[in-house]
Amino acid sequence: MRRRDSGGSALERARSLSFQFDGRELQGFEGDTLASALLAGGVRLVGRSFKYHRPRGVMSAGSEEPNALVELLRDGVYHPNIRATTQELHMGLQARAQNCWPSARRDVMAVNDWLSPFLGAGFYYKTFMWPRAFWEHLYEPLIRRAAGLGRLPQSHQDAPHEKAFAFCDLLVIGAGPAGLMAALTAARAGADVILAEEDRQMGGRLLSDHGQIDGMPGGTWAAGVVAELASLPNVRLMPRTSVFGAYDGGVYGALERGALHMAAPARTPRECYWRITAKRVVLASGALERPIAHPDNDRPGVMLLGAVASYWQRFAVDPGRVVVFGNNDHALATAKALAADGMDIRAYIDPRDGLATDAPFTVYAGAEVIGTRGRHGLQHVTLRHKGREFRMDADTLALSGGWNPSLHLACHMNGRPVWDDTIAAFIPRPGMVPDMEAIGAAAGQFSTHAALESGARAAAGALDALGLRAPECAFPQAEDAPYAIQPLWQVQGKGRAWLDFANDVTTRDVALAAREGFASVEHMKRYTTQGMAPDQGKSSNMGALAVLADATGGTIAGTGTTTFRPPFVPVSIAALGAGGYGKSFAPERLTTSDAQARAMGAPMIEAGLWYRPSYFPQADDRDWRDACNREALHVRNAVGVCDVSTLGKIDLQGPDAARFLDFVYTNTMSSLKPGRVRYGLMLREDGHVMDDGTCARLGDQHFLITTTTAAAGEVMRHLDFVQQAFCADWAVRLISVTEAWAQFAIAGPLADEVLGHIFGDLPELPFMGCAPVDLGAVAGRLFRISFSGERGYELAVPARYGADLFRQLVALAEGLGGGAYGMEALNVLRIEKGFVTHAEIDGRVTAFDLGLQGMVSPRKDFIGRAASQRAGLTGAARLQLVGLRPVNAQAEITAGAHLYAPDQPARAAFGQGHVKSVCYSPTLQSWLALALVRNGRARRGERLRLDDGLRGIRVDVEICNPVFFDPDGGRMRD
Amino acid sequence: MIELTPAPAFAALSLPVTGAGTRIDALPPARITALAPYCGQLQALHALLGGFPEPGQVLELDGLRLVWAGRDLAFAFGEALPTGIEAHAALTDQSDGWAGLSLTGPGAEALLARRLPFDVRRMAVPGAARSLLGHMPVLVIALGRDEFELWLWRSMAACVLHHLTPV
Repeated sequence: MRRRDSGGSALERARSLSFQFDGRELQGFEGDTLASALLAGGVRLVGRSFKYHRPRGVMSAGSEEPNALVELLRDGVYHPNIRATTQELHMGLQARAQNCWPSARRDVMAVNDWLSPFLGAGFYYKTFMWPRAFWEHLYEPLIRRAAGLGRLPQSHQDAPHEKAFAFCDLLVIGAGPAGLMAALTAARAGADVILAEEDRQMGGRLLSDHGQIDGMPGGTWAAGVVAELASLPNVRLMPRTSVFGAYDGGVYGALERGALHMAAPARTPRECYWRITAKRVVLASGALERPIAHPDNDRPGVMLLGAVASYWQRFAVDPGRVVVFGNNDHALATAKALAADGMDIRAYIDPRDGLATDAPFTVYAGAEVIGTRGRHGLQHVTLRHKGREFRMDADTLALSGGWNPSLHLACHMNGRPVWDDTIAAFIPRPGMVPDMEAIGAAAGQFSTHAALESGARAAAGALDALGLRAPECAFPQAEDAPYAIQPLWQVQGKGRAWLDFANDVTTRDVALAAREGFASVEHMKRYTTQGMAPDQGKSSNMGALAVLADATGGTIAGTGTTTFRPPFVPVSIAALGAGGYGKSFAPERLTTSDAQARAMGAPMIEAGLWYRPSYFPQADDRDWRDACNREALHVRNAVGVCDVSTLGKIDLQGPDAARFLDFVYTNTMSSLKPGRVRYGLMLREDGHVMDDGTCARLGDQHFLITTTTAAAGEVMRHLDFVQQAFCADWAVRLISVTEAWAQFAIAGPLADEVLGHIFGDLPELPFMGCAPVDLGAVAGRLFRISFSGERGYELAVPARYGADLFRQLVALAEGLGGGAYGMEALNVLRIEKGFVTHAEIDGRVTAFDLGLQGMVSPRKDFIGRAASQRAGLTGAARLQLVGLRPVNAQAEITAGAHLYAPDQPARAAFGQGHVKSVCYSPTLQSWLALALVRNGRARRGERLRLDDGLRGIRVDVEICNPVFFDPDGGRMRD
Repeated sequence: MIELTPAPAFAALSLPVTGAGTRIDALPPARITALAPYCGQLQALHALLGGFPEPGQVLELDGLRLVWAGRDLAFAFGEALPTGIEAHAALTDQSDGWAGLSLTGPGAEALLARRLPFDVRRMAVPGAARSLLGHMPVLVIALGRDEFELWLWRSMAACVLHHLTPV
């Protein structure tokens, strides 16, 4: 193989590019694919096959390529399974063959090919059965090492990938003659059109064909149409874009190749994953040529005829001495055209009898190729003609077993295609995907005229459905040659005939599957792995099921196809995950005090997307516990300040607001007086606790409720649902104001002094009271509530003032011997008081379990009431909230540990409950825990064994009141 | 008595950002009042305000921009709310809850169209939509084919550019 001196419609010969393959310096041109540049450089062997490590070369010129998968160097890392046939050449490209060691020419694992008699389809099902013990330690590790193709980069990849949305009236998939005609017709009518094409260039087979349209070369006509489309504002051209899946609602997934596959400016995404929503779709994806399963048909140099033509026409690759083996008129016509163009075609071989022999090469009618030779590349072809067998020297054997319409996308919603005897292929049936029409070769119409005609017709239909008028256009003239084919699914002879080149499946494997009972096409596929390689069997599925039909004595139509599933081409996980990793995985919600907390050195922890300070370290701290103890004691002995803005805040207004709250809380809120706050409990419909929080009555018809940080979204959704679904005619409106307010807890015996500095006059506020307050010119809200058990307030200001208020509050607290406290201290303080969080409200607890049954009003209906009264949700059998103290106060205990009677083993059957939260209390100088224990409230004083099997902790604990500190609440109330 | 200094929502970002024919900049803080009409009060509200936005609508009224912001919900941008309106609708101050970005320039529409899961090109001008940018809830306002406002939760302001880097 070599480069022709002239020609190559895709090439810019003025721009020469140097690149490396397997360490070898090579030259190509701008416009080359890696495959075309390799072929032009005489490189036929590009890799080794998956199972037998057979030498393999480029077979196709498109995304269906089963052989030429290479590893590509990008940013110092090799990326596997890059199809050389779609990889664009650029200056300095480096690639290497994969699945071989030490090189593609000398591959150690080629020993597999010698062992192939023992490695046929399903061999591992039979071989690795015994001895049984070998499976886990020998066979499985061996199989895992051998499995897979290529090797993923072992380092974290953070190169940009993009995810994007697009919408259109008409999505045209494929820019061959049919797609171009459809897009042009629709675009001229003013429809909003997206034309997606896998290749870098639009034109499809017109770029490789010798046919004419309106008296000009097909490629020239295509370029004219593309230029017109590009000039229209209502058309988006998407080259390098494979539409890979059809999904519900007119949504199509598409992969646009970017910086991974071409020279591109820095920060260009490697790939872009598009979600395209289209009202109508025209599937003009063309057809894929079939190879022929003859013995030894897998050598480098054995290619598809269409690919040979494409490399010749577009990339000026001279394939040397060519033998063509076809079974259809299109193959013979192509061979003649190529010969007329100067290709050295030595012979045309066709199993059909009675072919016209007006060709400039020998035509062997009624003949078959029965073998090939050439270790690392084809050297000669053996054929059988009129009972005689003889060899011919050849560099390239071009196969054409007919064409399969590319109907994959039409089948993505589980529609099954129909068999068409005249073209010996499956074609899509109408309506398989709503609002999609397959046209041209994708629908089995192979002449250029039929493609153009079906494109115009489909566009007119789509325009009609869109309410647009099809324009009058002159219809271009093109060939309308009939397509005659005599199916040839396999050639009998010595040696293996490959069906699936990517997974090394032969005709014998398929026949073996049938003999062994795997006779349905889905079973055969799984038994042989045919069609399960990265190419998804694009060039082998049809042949394999035909061989299966033959082996089972059935028809091809009756045998049917396997299921077509997305994606049509491999899509990298990086592309699918674009916009969803790193900082884009989830939004970061930052409080107004975030910068200050970080400046104070606080490690931040995530809570319901929010970032909250864990603790505020100081220089002489030994560990986080020192900081936590200090902060907790600040609150108990002086004053602490904590940002509590992350709690959900929901504003409710309207004449029916109180009635609505009575309906969603277990307790009564309508009796709450303005200026007062009440603790409330909400249940789910199933009677279990959803969330707890406070409810403040700001005015007669105005309430502000809080939720826990984690459940803010869930509660908002719940309230919206209840309002819209059950109380739509009530005069109540609710809206989240979480973001609008920054809110800070000020807690401790000296809290009033901090407020005194802020307000001058301290507002008179009873425990569980609330009032509007002025902070200079800023209107705020003050609540006297406490989650720490100390005298405490929460002060809210509009969010823009949060940063400054926090800074000043911390300074004031520090001046009084206190300071800021973080989540760890907050947790200690609330455990000491037995206040619950979602550690305890784990979705399985009832109000009874938490000891909050007193808050469940018997005098009204509310969400969850009926279900909460079901048998089994109350009583001695329930796990109930209790406190636990280790008998040895300094013995560390852990959350998640299970509880057992002291004399019983740590087995589920003996479980008495489990620990939900623990802390070390610096105030009580003891470890404390909140736990759920079976019938726990009646068992205070009883000893249990806390058993944490994961951490190896076993500690005797005593059940006690969950309110460890200040049980009568005097400190926060008085 | 304490004195408090306000902080801008996009303090952590260096704005404006330009690229791909788009300029992204912070909008000055706005007075935003959420208006949620009570059942049966839409007529009265219409009379009082001179209109109330239908889904997707933006109404430029006297000193007030009314933007559809969800079911039974409009955001009023501006100070000039008529007196007596609270009898017909729940009023909530959202000025501090939402942070606004302006996206202007010939590439603004294409940038938003790539990122938002609805057809931005079909938005009326002026027009509004509630949507998601990545995982972030946003209110999109189209003021021209090359002039958009993007309002998002204040707490998420710092990470918005991860989703909006011009391509």
